[in-house]
Formats: sequence, C-alpha cells, structure tokens
Amino acid sequence: MKRVYNKILSITGNVISVKATDVAYEELAEITTQRGKSLAQVIKIDGDIVYLQVFAGSQGISTSDEVRFLGHPMLVTFSDNMLGRIFDGSGMPRDKGPMLTELLIPVAGPPVNPAKRIIPRRMIRTNIPMIDVFNSLVVSQKLPIFSVSGEPYNQLLARIALQAEVDMIILGGIGLKYDEYMYFKNTLEEGGALSRSIFFIHTASDPIVEGLMVPDLCLAVAEKFALKGKDVLVLLTDMTNFADALKEIAITMEHVPSNRGYPGDLYSQLAARYEKAVDFEGAGSVTILAVTTMPGDDVTHPIPDNTGYITEGQFYLRNGRIEPFGSLSRLKQNVNAATREDHRAIMDGMIQLYAQYLETEEKRAMGFRMTDWDRKLLKYGKMFESKMMALSVNIPLEEALDLGWKILAECFRPEDTGLRTELIKKFWPDKGAEQR
Amino acid sequence: MNEVKTGKIAGITGNMIAVEVDGEIMQNEVGYAITADNERLKSEVIRVQGDRAFMQVFESTKGLKVGDRVEFTGEMLSVQLGPGMLTRVYDGLQNPLNAIAEKHGFFLVRGVMEDPLDYESEWEFTPLVKKGDKVTGGIAVGWVPEGIFEHFIFVPFHLRKEYTVKSIVDKGLYKVKDVIAVIEDERGREIDLKMYFSWPVKIPITAYREKLVPSDPLVTKVRIIDTFFPIAKGGTYCIPGPFGAGKTVLQHITSRHAEADVVIIAACGERAGEVVEILREYPELSDPRTGRSLMERTVIICNTSSMPVAAREASVYTATTIGEYYRQMGLNVLLLADSTSRWAQAMREVSGRLEEIPGEEAYPAFFESRIAQFYERAGLVRLYNGKLGSLTIGGTVSPAGGNFEEPVTQATLKVVGAFHGLSRERANARRFPSIHPLESWSKYKSFIGQKKIDYARDILFKGNEVHQMMLVVGEEGTSLDDFVIYLKSEFLDAVYLQQNAFDEVDAASSPERQKYVFDVVYDILKREYVFKDKNEARDFFYKLRQSFIDWNYIKMDTDRFKQQEESIKKLVEEYTKHEKGI
Repeated sequence: MKRVYNKILSITGNVISVKATDVAYEELAEITTQRGKSLAQVIKIDGDIVYLQVFAGSQGISTSDEVRFLGHPMLVTFSDNMLGRIFDGSGMPRDKGPMLTELLIPVAGPPVNPAKRIIPRRMIRTNIPMIDVFNSLVVSQKLPIFSVSGEPYNQLLARIALQAEVDMIILGGIGLKYDEYMYFKNTLEEGGALSRSIFFIHTASDPIVEGLMVPDLCLAVAEKFALKGKDVLVLLTDMTNFADALKEIAITMEHVPSNRGYPGDLYSQLAARYEKAVDFEGAGSVTILAVTTMPGDDVTHPIPDNTGYITEGQFYLRNGRIEPFGSLSRLKQNVNAATREDHRAIMDGMIQLYAQYLETEEKRAMGFRMTDWDRKLLKYGKMFESKMMALSVNIPLEEALDLGWKILAECFRPEDTGLRTELIKKFWPDKGAEQR
Repeated sequence: MNEVKTGKIAGITGNMIAVEVDGEIMQNEVGYAITADNERLKSEVIRVQGDRAFMQVFESTKGLKVGDRVEFTGEMLSVQLGPGMLTRVYDGLQNPLNAIAEKHGFFLVRGVMEDPLDYESEWEFTPLVKKGDKVTGGIAVGWVPEGIFEHFIFVPFHLRKEYTVKSIVDKGLYKVKDVIAVIEDERGREIDLKMYFSWPVKIPITAYREKLVPSDPLVTKVRIIDTFFPIAKGGTYCIPGPFGAGKTVLQHITSRHAEADVVIIAACGERAGEVVEILREYPELSDPRTGRSLMERTVIICNTSSMPVAAREASVYTATTIGEYYRQMGLNVLLLADSTSRWAQAMREVSGRLEEIPGEEAYPAFFESRIAQFYERAGLVRLYNGKLGSLTIGGTVSPAGGNFEEPVTQATLKVVGAFHGLSRERANARRFPSIHPLESWSKYKSFIGQKKIDYARDILFKGNEVHQMMLVVGEEGTSLDDFVIYLKSEFLDAVYLQQNAFDEVDAASSPERQKYVFDVVYDILKREYVFKDKNEARDFFYKLRQSFIDWNYIKMDTDRFKQQEESIKKLVEEYTKHEKGI
C-alpha cells in the first residue's frame, strides 16, 4: 500500500492535510521539506482527508513536499542508556550523543486501574523546611508550583532535583528559555545528579507543537522505570506553555473554545498527564512536580484552576518563598504522623502564630497601637520568614523542627504557643527558658 | 435476524468516529469498533445523519483507521441488574475493576471487558409467587439474601403487560444465569426469568405505583446539614465549591455516616487517589448501624479523570440505574456523584466534537435539561407492594474559578432541593465543613423546630453585619450590645456549625444529640448577659467555646457528658442578666 504522498491539500497554522488512505488515528508521519525533516501526528481523519499537526511547524512547507506515514504512533526509547542524556520534544538526542533505538515504547499508554492503586505513605524528603515540615511531599503525589513569571521556580525545581530522596529525575522542559535549560544542566552536573537524570527539553525557540509531546515522553519513560522498581520524580516546567500549545492547535482545528479560548477538554488533557503519578504496589513510583505560571497571578485562570482540581494540593511561590497559606499538600496527613511526634504540632502551631503575625502586621501598617503581644508576634514573624521560609534554608526535617522550637523559644513563653504541655516539656530549648 | 449489523468507519476526531451503516440505526445504540489487532472498542451512537452514525468511543481511538469495521448490537447502553453488586467497584460501563486488575495487572488495557456480575456464585433463592399468579414488570418473584438485605428478584421492568407464572423453582441454591421462573403473556408466549436482566442506563426505572413528595429527613450526622440545611429521603442536593474547600471529604463523611441503606458512590472524573482511600479503607471500617463492613452497603462506580471521557459521561447514568434498582427493593438509597461538573464537561467535549452550536461557556444547549433529568431520577416512591423506597441524589459541582455564576452550578441550583455552598474563605480559615451558613439553603424540613433555626440564623446574619462594620470602624467603634451579637454568632459557628471530621465522637452527631445540644445552644443565644466591657464578654465566650468544644468530643449518655453540661450551664448562669437583680 502507498505510504508516501506528495500532495499537501491545506496548510493552516501548524496543521496540514493530505489525501491518504489506510492511515491510523494518532499515527506518525515524516515530512521532508527544504528545511529538513519533521515529524507530524494524525489528529483528525475525515474520509480520505488526513489532518496532521507538524511538530516543527508549518513554516516553509510546500504543497508538493513529501509526507511519509510511518505506520506507528509516537514511540520513545527506553533503556538505562538514557540516564544522563538530553532529548528534544520529539525524543531525538539534543546532546550530540548517539541515537537510542533499542526497545521503543508507545507514549500516552492506558491509565492505571484504580483498584491497583495503594494509599501513598512514603515521604520524599527535600531538605526544604517549607516543604518537609509544612507541606510534605509524598511518593506518587502530583503537585503544581503556582507562581508568576519572574519567580525563581526553576531554581526551586533544580534544588528539589538535587536533594530529593528519589532514584531518578526526569526533567521535562516545555517552552523553556535557553539559559534556564543551561542552568538546569549545569546545576545538576555540578551537583553530580546528571547521571541519574534524563532531560526532555523543548526550548522557547523550538516549534510550539513539539512541546506538546514532552509530558507524554517524560511520563512514558518514568512509568517504565517505575515498573522496574525505581522511584522517579518527574519535573515539568512550564505546564502553562503546554496548555497554550493545546489551545493553539484547538483553535487551528476550529474547535469551539470553552473558556478564554482554551479547549473544552483542557481538564481531561491535563488529568491524563497528572494522573500518571502512581505508587505501584511491589514496584516503584512516579511523583510529579510541575510549574504552572499563573497569567496575571490569577488562580482562577483556566490553567491553574483546572490544574488545582486535578492535583493533590499546590505550592504557591510568591516573593521568592513558598507561601504557607494557600499551599497545601493533600497527602501530608499520610506521612507526617510517623516522622517525629512534634511534627504536626510544630506545623500547625507555627502557621497559626504566623497568621496572627500577619494580622498584627496589618494593624501596625494601619497605625494601631502595638501591645506587648503584638511586639512578640512581630519579632516572631520576621524570624520565621528569614530563618524558615527563605528558599536558601537547606536543612533536614529534624533540624528544621529543632529550629522551629528555637524560634518559638526566642519569641514566646511556652504558654503563649498553645502547644501541648508534654511536647513543650520534651522539646522546649533550655536557652529560651533562661532568656525568659 | 442473527446477522450482525455492521458499518465502516468514515472519519475520526478524538474519541468520536463517524460510521457509515447500511440499514437502521438506533440513537444510543451500542456498537464495537474493531481495531487491526482485533480489540473491540465499545461505542455509543449519539447522532444519526442519513446513513452516517456518529459514535463516541469509550476507549482511546489511537490506531483506528478509516474503513475499520464496526459491529452493532441493536441494544442501548445497558447495565446488568442482579444480586452481587454491593461491595463491588465498577468503571463507568459496569466492568468490575478488581476482576480486571486480577487478569490484566496495573493498567486498564484497551478493549478489555469483564462480566459485571459473578455468574458462578450461588444464591439461596426463596420464591414469593406460585404457579398461576399474575405478575408484571417490577413484581418480585422471589428473593435472595445479599449481605444484610433481602435482594428481590423481579420480573424485568420492561415487561409492562400482565403475565401468568407458568413455573417457579423451589427454594434452593441457584446461579444468576439459571432460569428460576417461566412466565407467559396473554398470547401464550413464554418468557424465561433469570436472576438478572439488563436495563438501558439512560431510561429511568418507573416500575412503581406512585412518586411521592420527599418529607422525611435523611440524617447525615453533619450538624450544619441536618439542622440548618437538611436533605430528605428521595430529595436532591448539590455541593458546589472551589478546589480545596473539602467537597470530597464532605462526600466521604456523608457516605460513611448517612442513615441510608445503600450508598452508591459515583467518582466521576475526579482524582483516582480519592477513590483509593474508599477502596482501601471501607472494607476495614464498620457500619455503626449494622456492625458489618461499610463496603457491604456500598457500590462504587469509578471513572476517574484519566479514564476515557465518554465512559465518564456514562458513569453517572450507570450509578443512577443501580441506585434505582436497589430502591425497587424498598431501600433508602443515597447516590453521591463527585463531580457533576466533570460529567457536564464530558458532554461538552462530545458536543464540541460534533461541532454543535455552543451555549454558554461552550456547554451544549441540552446540558441543562440533562442535568434536570438526572436529578429528577431521585425520588420517594410507593412500590407495587405498598412499601416505600427512595433514591436521594447529592452531586458536587466544581465551578471554574470557584465562581457560582457559571452554567453548571446555575443549572443545578434550578433543580435541586438543597444547596450546600462551600466557601474558600471558610476553608482557608479551617472552618470545616466549609458550608457557607449565609448563602446555603434547603427546601426540606429539619427535625429541629423551624422557629429556633430561624432565630439562630438571624444571629448569624446580624453577627456578620456587625463583623463587616467592625472591619471599618474597629472594635472601639462598636457598641457592647453589637459586639455580644457578634460573639454569639462566632460561638454558634465554632461549637455547632463546625465539626471535627477526624474526631471519633464529633464526626457523627446523632439526631438525638443534635436536638439536645441545639437546645442548649439556643438557650445560650437567647439569654441576655451582663458584662463590664468587651474584654470580659470575649473572655466569657472564649471560655464557653472551649468547654463546649470539649463537650462535643464527649460521648453522650456518659457521666462526663453530664458533668461538662453542668459546668457549661454554671458558667452561663454566672453572667446572665436577671431582671430582679441589684
């Protein structure tokens, strides 16, 4: 049967159509233009007209260019040789290393049977107190980092990649700026983590359609490694670019937009990716951390809004810190009872006091008179922000808890804190008592 | 007659295929698209145009080609109704997920189907009719024990005429596929009855004498619901709320503690992790009413967000049909759908692929009537044997951006009997359940007197007004009287509206306890107090609040309960204004 066609019927946006038969839905094709070769994927078939989205974009495609159908859907290689390697959004090497062609696996495979899932109970330590103490990350969790452009979210991801207690890291860059890509590469290289990492990088200068495949490539490979017993952490940055690429294709295909131009299936599309996070009973796991920049710092924008309904909590990154309010790890209850007996008490107690500090701060800004109690809170708030919240703080959970007690002791009397007496007896530092 | 009607695929977009068919096509007919690897992908006709049928495929369409064969079944999308559905976990098309997991491992492989009922296990059948009796669809010919219930075996509901029982088996053990009775219509045609039959999910079951107006409250043991915004057996309610406001937790609490006989949980397009908690925990938890495992009264229909979207649309209907079926046994059934927004979005996706003219926010024009039809399937009915059965439907709504003005919330509000609106502010302030006491409403009657409730709500309204005012003029600018009203409303909120779902005692408050405690609260709200200044007032109410919350954590009918009550009353008495005094 004929697999090569030389007559392109239409070119709209990044979608082309050809007259072809015996083509499968979501099959890949290779288009040869004067600029070189590009992959394309079938996104609609209407009789003998086949519509394809061209990964490299449609610039320079001529109607007589060759379209060759490959007879298979999107595949990605899978082997231990991938470790330390960098690929692009089509799964091709980006690092001048050899092509990997062994064991090709399909991307975007079937969902996990809910009956085979287990309740996740293993914590992933990151040595970032705002995560470990206040919103613990749990194996198989899917968490977005909500942030506005300009926040150091990629620095945060890189630090988590270096420090998180996992077997391997898969980094997916979607519309990543070139210097951010180099930052990730250099940071992980210097930290010695590159050899347990795999990168799929689509940069801002690459054609936008190519970015669409990045989450699927990352998650397909992650899933396979997880089935082989590895705990894999998938870092995606930035999922807003992914959603915008979906929007672009949907509009090109004249789909009816639902909300601010985004397609009606945005929720399902995002969920199909995030739900790949899983803890396989008797094997490994996939955990997903994904940056979602909020256009205009608006959490009700369709992208963060749909994301929030899918994920198990969220981290808000604001003013270079992980906000304690709004940030939430829905799974932290599963793990923070088993760490140290004072973990939950410190977690709740410090946040409640910090909330009171914010109220006092507001009163102070409005010119109300400060009481002794207000002054204690002000001292506490400042210390909490600089010693605990700052992203530069890098200590294990136990040290962070001790630090919490120290801060409390420097600012308050034990009875001010509302913490349980037996915990205070055990953990309240002596030094604080002397100062009192 | 036995020849399979077939068609050929003519177009594919997403999960939608266009199929060219010779001969008749029925709307909502089920067909199977057959891939090159011989996978059979279940599909449903959702539009017919000339000799073209547009079908939504309940699986991924990856790899399908134009020209691939489609086999039609001549039947609408149906579920099998029979004994053995309780305790089971189904996907949106009634495939048992545990059976699939056993055979196929971690993943939901495409094209895999399993029997919805266990055809091998035996049930002890007791006949209820004898030879010569007249029967019709919805009349029980016998029953089998299923868990703690008598599971009636009915004449299938679609047999609407009068039939004569020709034969019926004796009491004994039978499998669901065994013929247990033969009935005959007036023309002498015989029909074999088995212990199960199919029913199309999108058609309501109406084999009852009459539909009644719901009146009895369905107790959820959540104070704010039962006292202020009650739901009724056979009624409907909705829970809209932004993410993180605790919709799912509230549904889980309800599914655990509600005084329903059977609970159907439809996890529709939400996180798989949330279903897993039910799957793993319910078998361990015991039903306080029966002492048996909670799972024995539960059916879970689970089509989570990454499972195929067309099956998500079907899952709500599957759940409703199973609910209606258990209602036919004279049971009180509670259906919890989480979330109906995902279901509406599934309709939107399908409509978009059909290139229909969109309504508001691209939802199809028919979606409002679909939502109305869904909630209308709830109801309290008098069955043919005179007994009552009810199906109560509670659906969560996930409004985009947490904005209740959006189409799904608005369409739902039109048709439900109670509205439990969750608020992000209350959730952020850790005031759970985060049902907003000023915005929510219910058309049903509570077991607590309306006058008392109105008085309490009035305090909440006034307290809120004072609070708003205080934000502007500060505490200094507020009169002591107003300040006390504010403190009263905060007290009511803290000790009665809020409830600790993680405390064994506080999590479930029985109607007796609610009546008892509410009387005490009412008395406290009614009283007038004497305070020197605002600080004294605040100290009093804070102290009262602390004692009251402690009281909430103590089991009723214990000495400690009495003691705590006494100390509360003493404290209240101390500050009460007495007319004759001075």
